[in-house]
Amino acid sequence: MPETGGHGASIELESLTKRYPGVAQPAVDNVSMEIKAGEVVVLVGPSGCGKSTLLKMINRLIEPTGGRIRMGGEDVTDIDPVGLRRKIGYAIQSAGLFPHMTVAQNIALVPRMIGWPKSRIGARTEELLDLVGLDPGEFHGRYPRQLSGGQQQRVGVARALAADPPVLLMDEPFGAVDPITRDHLQDELIRLQHELHKTIVFVTHDFDEAIKIGDRIAVLRERSHIAQFDTPEAILANPADDFVSGFVGAGAALKRLNLTRVRDVEITDYPTVMIDDPLQQIVNRLRAGGTNEVLLLDRHGRPCKWLRRGDLMRARGSLARAGTPVHDTVTRDATLRDALEAVLTDNTGRVAVTGRNGEYTGVVDMETLLNSVHGMLEADRLDALENQHELEELRAAQTHVEQEGDRGVTGVGGFGGTR
Amino acid sequence: MNFWEYVAGRHQQLLTDAYQHAGAVFQCMVVATVLGVLIAVATYRSEWAGNLATTTTATVLTVPALALIGLLIPVVGLGVPPTVIALTLYGLLPVVRNAIVGLRGVDPALVDAATGIGMSRPARLLRIELPLAWPPILTGIRVATQMLMGIAAIAAYASGPGLGNVIFRGLASLGSANALNQVLAGTLGTIVLALLFDAGYVLIGRLTIPGGIRA
Repeated sequence: MPETGGHGASIELESLTKRYPGVAQPAVDNVSMEIKAGEVVVLVGPSGCGKSTLLKMINRLIEPTGGRIRMGGEDVTDIDPVGLRRKIGYAIQSAGLFPHMTVAQNIALVPRMIGWPKSRIGARTEELLDLVGLDPGEFHGRYPRQLSGGQQQRVGVARALAADPPVLLMDEPFGAVDPITRDHLQDELIRLQHELHKTIVFVTHDFDEAIKIGDRIAVLRERSHIAQFDTPEAILANPADDFVSGFVGAGAALKRLNLTRVRDVEITDYPTVMIDDPLQQIVNRLRAGGTNEVLLLDRHGRPCKWLRRGDLMRARGSLARAGTPVHDTVTRDATLRDALEAVLTDNTGRVAVTGRNGEYTGVVDMETLLNSVHGMLEADRLDALENQHELEELRAAQTHVEQEGDRGVTGVGGFGGTR
Repeated sequence: MNFWEYVAGRHQQLLTDAYQHAGAVFQCMVVATVLGVLIAVATYRSEWAGNLATTTTATVLTVPALALIGLLIPVVGLGVPPTVIALTLYGLLPVVRNAIVGLRGVDPALVDAATGIGMSRPARLLRIELPLAWPPILTGIRVATQMLMGIAAIAAYASGPGLGNVIFRGLASLGSANALNQVLAGTLGTIVLALLFDAGYVLIGRLTIPGGIRA
């Protein structure tokens, strides 16, 4: 049993199967999966593919009829499920907060059950509310119905984290909130995970959500068969088959842009002048350089205008009237998609990159973007091919086991043999 | 002697009867509530067991009160025992039915969440399901109490306690001077008691239903 506290624990599912009596086809069929400690794995698939069933088998809300579950290396398939669940955070759609308890009481449930002293529970509740971005003083004593959907979901996450479990299971947690709030909650979850390093298994049917928060994504088809299990980059670059590419949907290359930050591509330097520079110096700079355009910075070093040769002359030497104002800048943390958006709308075909206080640090232009995207896609494709190969080997081994009957040769089907 | 003179003259006796009436209803209601909730807890998760419990208690209610008490006399004798048994049986139905409906009405997602965060079955029942089912259960108790107020008056037929004695005495001596006053006093007393109990339940509701689920 993994101890509570600190970082995540690994999860291994081995030939996990769920059969319901009287149904010919198993709901979840022989699924093996290895989830590393501290990793966010997203299970994504169409409705009814058994992804929720698979998730609920990890904390044994649904008892598997076959296979093993190991957590932190320890077999938890047969231990007391109540004790197991207290060490696994569980967050569900529309939060599942208990309406007759206040926010604080909801969060305190698990710590109370495992017998924390009152003072520690109180401190922990405040800490968690703070962590999920709710003011403890204001929200502590409220009832769930007095909260918005997004706030309820935050409390739901806080409750799941209350006893600091190493593993967090999230079953479409953001499925019932509006798109803007959902976007916000996803960002918050990513930020939280940066601090906490839990092992998170996250179920969704929204592929865009999956690529946004997943370190790795398992695309599931019916009966939870794994169609592809790989990084978002690799799945976008090289969907394993028609089913996966259908699920990825159109615009895979554009989605890929969301996964890379401006800081990961080459930021080029560009000739700049300060707004306080003497006019003559600016003119000289324009004439001298190989370029016919310079970026004008204001007193704080922030990009202000693009100046072209001739602009000054047309404006009769007035710096205030010359040139094209800078509409949009991006930070180093912006996604390439944001950068592309800015490059496309700026008529100079490039965008200035700014630092923390909005000061100029370089530019990204169309050419840089094109080159880096091509490079990335190529690298992704190679990675994906390699991983695909492994998955196929695994599948071949499983098929072998199924055909031979799994008595006596289970060792072949065991996951990890191909890793 | 008019009605008010009658009440003024006999208020000692009337108060004792009213007190016993209320006491019988209250105690039987407590027993019926405990039994009813236990029956509901034992049966609500099974379709047929829940329906069986509701149907059985409903059938008891269709037996006329006078007949039930009359049937009980040869078995348990006169006085308090037939009264308590009859009142408890009649009080069961609304409690059992509302408790089953209330427990079944708890959002399955909440039960799932409770199990998922590691609550044992008894903890889930005590901390989640029963508190959430409490408003309908309380409504059941309220309805049952109103009903028992009337039925308790009939218990006087078996020499039971309560305002029924005044009513029966009046009915037995119809035509005499105080007959109408007696019937009127017993009936009005029952109504006043019922209203007082109802006010009490409103108060209990305010005190025991958490703010998060109060209508």
